Amino acid sequence: MSMDMMGVVNLIHEPDELEALTAHRPLATVPFGGRYRLVDFTLSSMVNSGISKVAVMAHTKYRSLVDHVGSGKSWDLHHRQGGLFVLPPMASDMSDLRKGDLFHLYQQRDFFTRSQGDYVLICRSHMVCNINFKDVLRDHLESGADITAVCKRQGDSLGGKARKVKIDASGRVTEMQDHFGRLQTDLVSMEMYVMRKDLLLDLVETSLAQGQDHLVRHGIMSRLDRLRVHAYLYDGYLGIINTIQSYYLNSMQLLLPDTWKSLFFTPGPIYTKVKDEPPTSYHEGAKTVNSLIANGCEIEGTVVGSILFRGVKVQKGAIVRNSIVMQNGVVGENSMLDHVILDKEAYIEPGRDIRGVTDSPYIAVKRKVI
Amino acid sequence: MVRKEMVAMLLAGGEGKRLGVLTKALAKPAVHFGGKYRIIDFTLSNCVHSGIDTVGVLTQYQPLVLNQYLGIGSPWGLDRRYGGMAVLPPYMKSKGGSWYKGTANAIYQNMGFIDRYDPEYVLVISGDHIYKMDYDLMLDHHKASGADATIAVIEVDWSEASRFGLMATDETGKITEFQEKPKIPKSNLASMGVYIFSWPVLQQYLIRDEDNLKSSNDFGKDIIPAMLADGIYLNTYTFQDYWKDVGTIQSLWEANMDLLSEESQLVLNDKNWRIYSVNPNQPAHYISPAGNVSSSLITEGCFIEGCVNRSVLFYGVHVGEGSVIRDSVIMPNAQIGKNVTITRAIIGEGAVIADGVYIESAEGEDIQVVASDEMVLPAGTAKEVEA
Repeated sequence: MSMDMMGVVNLIHEPDELEALTAHRPLATVPFGGRYRLVDFTLSSMVNSGISKVAVMAHTKYRSLVDHVGSGKSWDLHHRQGGLFVLPPMASDMSDLRKGDLFHLYQQRDFFTRSQGDYVLICRSHMVCNINFKDVLRDHLESGADITAVCKRQGDSLGGKARKVKIDASGRVTEMQDHFGRLQTDLVSMEMYVMRKDLLLDLVETSLAQGQDHLVRHGIMSRLDRLRVHAYLYDGYLGIINTIQSYYLNSMQLLLPDTWKSLFFTPGPIYTKVKDEPPTSYHEGAKTVNSLIANGCEIEGTVVGSILFRGVKVQKGAIVRNSIVMQNGVVGENSMLDHVILDKEAYIEPGRDIRGVTDSPYIAVKRKVI
Repeated sequence: MVRKEMVAMLLAGGEGKRLGVLTKALAKPAVHFGGKYRIIDFTLSNCVHSGIDTVGVLTQYQPLVLNQYLGIGSPWGLDRRYGGMAVLPPYMKSKGGSWYKGTANAIYQNMGFIDRYDPEYVLVISGDHIYKMDYDLMLDHHKASGADATIAVIEVDWSEASRFGLMATDETGKITEFQEKPKIPKSNLASMGVYIFSWPVLQQYLIRDEDNLKSSNDFGKDIIPAMLADGIYLNTYTFQDYWKDVGTIQSLWEANMDLLSEESQLVLNDKNWRIYSVNPNQPAHYISPAGNVSSSLITEGCFIEGCVNRSVLFYGVHVGEGSVIRDSVIMPNAQIGKNVTITRAIIGEGAVIADGVYIESAEGEDIQVVASDEMVLPAGTAKEVEA
């Protein structure tokens, strides 16, 4: 059965404090979990929920996004009916890029009016979770709400920043504030909203006519009295990845077997771009404990409490502790890393000793040689 | 349509009888190898890296797993508008049809497929072998020599030579005699089952062979000897890299163990010659605080709480706490319980090994095999394996 809902991954002005990790890529393609990019979790959840048409609204620095998603084949999103559409910003000049997401939705309105399906799911890419959107749509239809917002009770967001939500006994959202608001609540918005397509287009036009251009802040938060916004409570693993601290701490959460088993497998698998790396080779004398290792690595040294992405080399005598080494990184002989994040293709020369701390891991930018 | 210079015909219908329970429900080319591959991935990847974009895959024995695996050839980049991969099973014709009677007959029945591309050359290969080879270099050699057929050969130990089809050659590499598994070998150049034929010559011999009712319709037994008898120019192309026919449980196990050697000739981590395969789509593997892995290949989706040494683990394998796995091959999604000991064994896809089980074979004994989806419960002693 085809689904009556299309997906939108909204990358316009996505809140991002990932510093060096997003210097040359959007938040959506920040590597996460050994072989994924952040956007994989949203895309996979959509596809596993039966959504077959997905638009990714690109904003800036989106070369790596286009490279990563390609034709959508890895997510089974390249087919005659629907599929994946990367919508680049339709900006006439640089100042248009600064305008809010409603402006960009307006520019792309033809895409929405031309699409079949009555409902739209609009998401961000930095909410890492594995969720069944069929349940969200069912809940939306049952509650009869104008908008359904996916929320989670989360006492500690591990440094991630999310909007705060307050609901009444019926589940209606009565208050929503930005992450710096004073609202006392443990309920956070996962920035996933289900609504009718015509309501979305209506919000776009009326808000813009009033000089407002942010979907959530203006379109939804300022209209909580007029629109019935209902909260759907998700209770699986959620990583809010928009600060370095939350990136690091949530990565380390993946070393807990329960998180590994739930985030990557239930309710459905997470898909990503295929790389055809061989299995990881552990050499004689290699020692690895409590770590997450992708394919294509060559391990001769010691790896403890760390995450290695595809194609990483840990040479003899090297020790990698509490660290994250992204694709094709090389840790030279007898080097020592502790609380370090190495972006792609970083090269640590033999004998180096690099340390950060939990609250502030040391970050080496892409292709850095140390 | 533009003609294709060379079309590959990949023989993938073999049963692989000597692989026992591992090929009960699938053809030999579909047998798992090397942590994430199936045997046929090597030849398909070789074709693509050699610039061959038209590959006919001849299937016959237990094709379900293989067909589903091959799909339309996308994982190997063989989903093309013109050419690409075609799965060619035996089919009905207006005057009836028949199974493929032999390797030569399989090609004979698909001459129509080859003619659609009007090639100058046909590459005949087998999906049973593990090696990385640039067929384009072999084609250059074929063209330069002016031969009608070129057979790839590899030097084997004289002591093992009588297990192979052997080529005696003159000093230029021209084949003077062919011996199929002889008692007394005259040469140690073994055929790798890789042939390049000039298509008009092969076509002529396929038709003639089909008319000979006594023929077993086999390349090694019939076509090559017939060409040789007629004085056709058959040349050799000497290959000097890793090549293995994984025809038996022992050789399949050995080939997997070869990958673990520090001096392994078969390098899988080769960016210029990737072996493509269907992506099992699993997360990075996890090794728990109690886990310990050395001298092994571990694939995505594994969850390891035990000790793994000198072994190859395919994707999705779970190894429970206190378990010790040595010198073994664990196929996809096998579940190994706690305190299990596995030494010198092959554990089939999806097999379940209950807590406390011992599966061991000593040095010199046959490798123990647990069939796919088999469940092994503790018996207090080593498990008896049914053949």
